[in-house]
Amino acid sequence: MRRQPWNRRHLIERIMQIAMIGSLVIVALCLGAILWTIIVRGLPSLTWQMISQAPKGGFYMGKAGGVLNAILGSLYLATGATALAIVFALPIALYLQTYLATSGWAQLVRLALDVLWGIPSIVYGAFGFTLMIVLGVRASLLAGIIVLALVELPIMTRAMDEVIRRLPRDLAQAALALGSTKLEVALRVIIPQTLPGIVTAVLLAFGRGIGDAAAVLFTAGYTDRIPTSLMRPTASLPLAVFFQLGTPYPEVRERGYASALILTIIVLVVSFGSRWLAARLQRYTVK
Amino acid sequence: MSAHIDVTNLNVFYGKQQALTNVSIAIPRQQITVIMGPSGCGKTTLLKSFNRFLELTDGTTITGAVQVDGQNIYAGDVDVTAVRKRVGLLAQRPTPLPMSIYDNVCYGMQIHQMRTNKADYAVAVQHYLELAGLWEEVKTRLHEPATSLSIGQQQRLCLARGLAVEPEVILGDEPTSALDPISSQHIEKRLLELKNQYTTVIVTHTLRQAKRLADYVIFMYMGEVVEAGVARELFTNPQQERTRQYLEGVF
Repeated sequence: MRRQPWNRRHLIERIMQIAMIGSLVIVALCLGAILWTIIVRGLPSLTWQMISQAPKGGFYMGKAGGVLNAILGSLYLATGATALAIVFALPIALYLQTYLATSGWAQLVRLALDVLWGIPSIVYGAFGFTLMIVLGVRASLLAGIIVLALVELPIMTRAMDEVIRRLPRDLAQAALALGSTKLEVALRVIIPQTLPGIVTAVLLAFGRGIGDAAAVLFTAGYTDRIPTSLMRPTASLPLAVFFQLGTPYPEVRERGYASALILTIIVLVVSFGSRWLAARLQRYTVK
Repeated sequence: MSAHIDVTNLNVFYGKQQALTNVSIAIPRQQITVIMGPSGCGKTTLLKSFNRFLELTDGTTITGAVQVDGQNIYAGDVDVTAVRKRVGLLAQRPTPLPMSIYDNVCYGMQIHQMRTNKADYAVAVQHYLELAGLWEEVKTRLHEPATSLSIGQQQRLCLARGLAVEPEVILGDEPTSALDPISSQHIEKRLLELKNQYTTVIVTHTLRQAKRLADYVIFMYMGEVVEAGVARELFTNPQQERTRQYLEGVF
């Protein structure tokens, strides 16, 4: 009955355990290194001026101003795109699960969404840009929102799809047994039960939307002005980071890191906020 | 005996596998009918043909007719939600909906718009919780999540929820198999109290439960009905050899 540490089975377990811990450590170190870099290099430049002002003349050569234009632009773009994506993603996910289930059509839709998911966002941007030329529309906040919504849609839909798929079958059947229609099951049972997961799906999509630079480059453009209209171009934080890091001036590059830090903080705040919200919504869910 | 549910030549296939073969049976009105038989004999399939639950499984083929009050529920123009409102189901394991105790009972009445104002709903919720023997235990915590109840209480909540849509038939798919003995007794007691108002059909594999509850018994084996009859007669004097063997515990 004595333990034999060099027994083959124990040895394999030990090795696999080390491999698992190793992977975890590597990922954690990468995350830590990224955060460390943007904090160390960005924090000194993260002044009140940075978050409260739009760029002034000569900002990109180190003169006064901030990135309020990009902060507001990114918030508008990502919030608008996420809201728009929800309007389409939730009905698609519900339709896939409640009406199509595992039929061939559902698999085809899932395949299409997975392909869309894999398409680089620059392609969405180029597609949007082509469409805008045909329609004779200029780069604008609205165009950026629409294209970002397209980028977010597959992630959000598939994440919701997976969450709803994991719903116990008994639960939907309990509601059906009372004479519910499928729509009533979706609205009164599936959505409340999966709400925490739906919030996570929305969050995932928001994260991709706010961090995307390529899709908004052509479609939303860039401007030093605070965005005030859906029909005008708008700045965004990823592009602000890109432009500032691309300058030869060290102090401007430092501000680039500060902008990256602002972006990270926004994502963290939204992330924790929605997790807190999801936890509160969990009161009635069936475990 | 007046039949409430009349099954004629029912055949059910899951894909290519036949689960029920030429089942013709009549379920008496306002009595407890128990369907018994060994695992995999088609008991649950027969039960779920009564509320059109079989079609929730992909690849199911159903032929024949199931008439409830003379109306074939598999006819093309039948509203399946209306069928399920008339024929309620108590599932094997309690499945509270993700809402409060109150809303669980209220839900069915709301979707069928069975009351006109809040006060009437509240009265009805109390009434059905009392019928299910749960009111005294939950009256001070109606707005807590249904999942905060014990498993046994949850099953009585499911009974109250089912009764609230005013069905004529209650189906029970081994409704006590997930419960402890005391909770099982609770459910059995309710079913006996209610049997004069509802046609009840229960699937069970415990012979003792069948003997405690049944007025009428259907014995199934390998997807066919072997024997059906009044409980007292069937238990004491089975006509078929296989029924006798089952009652003696041969299989």
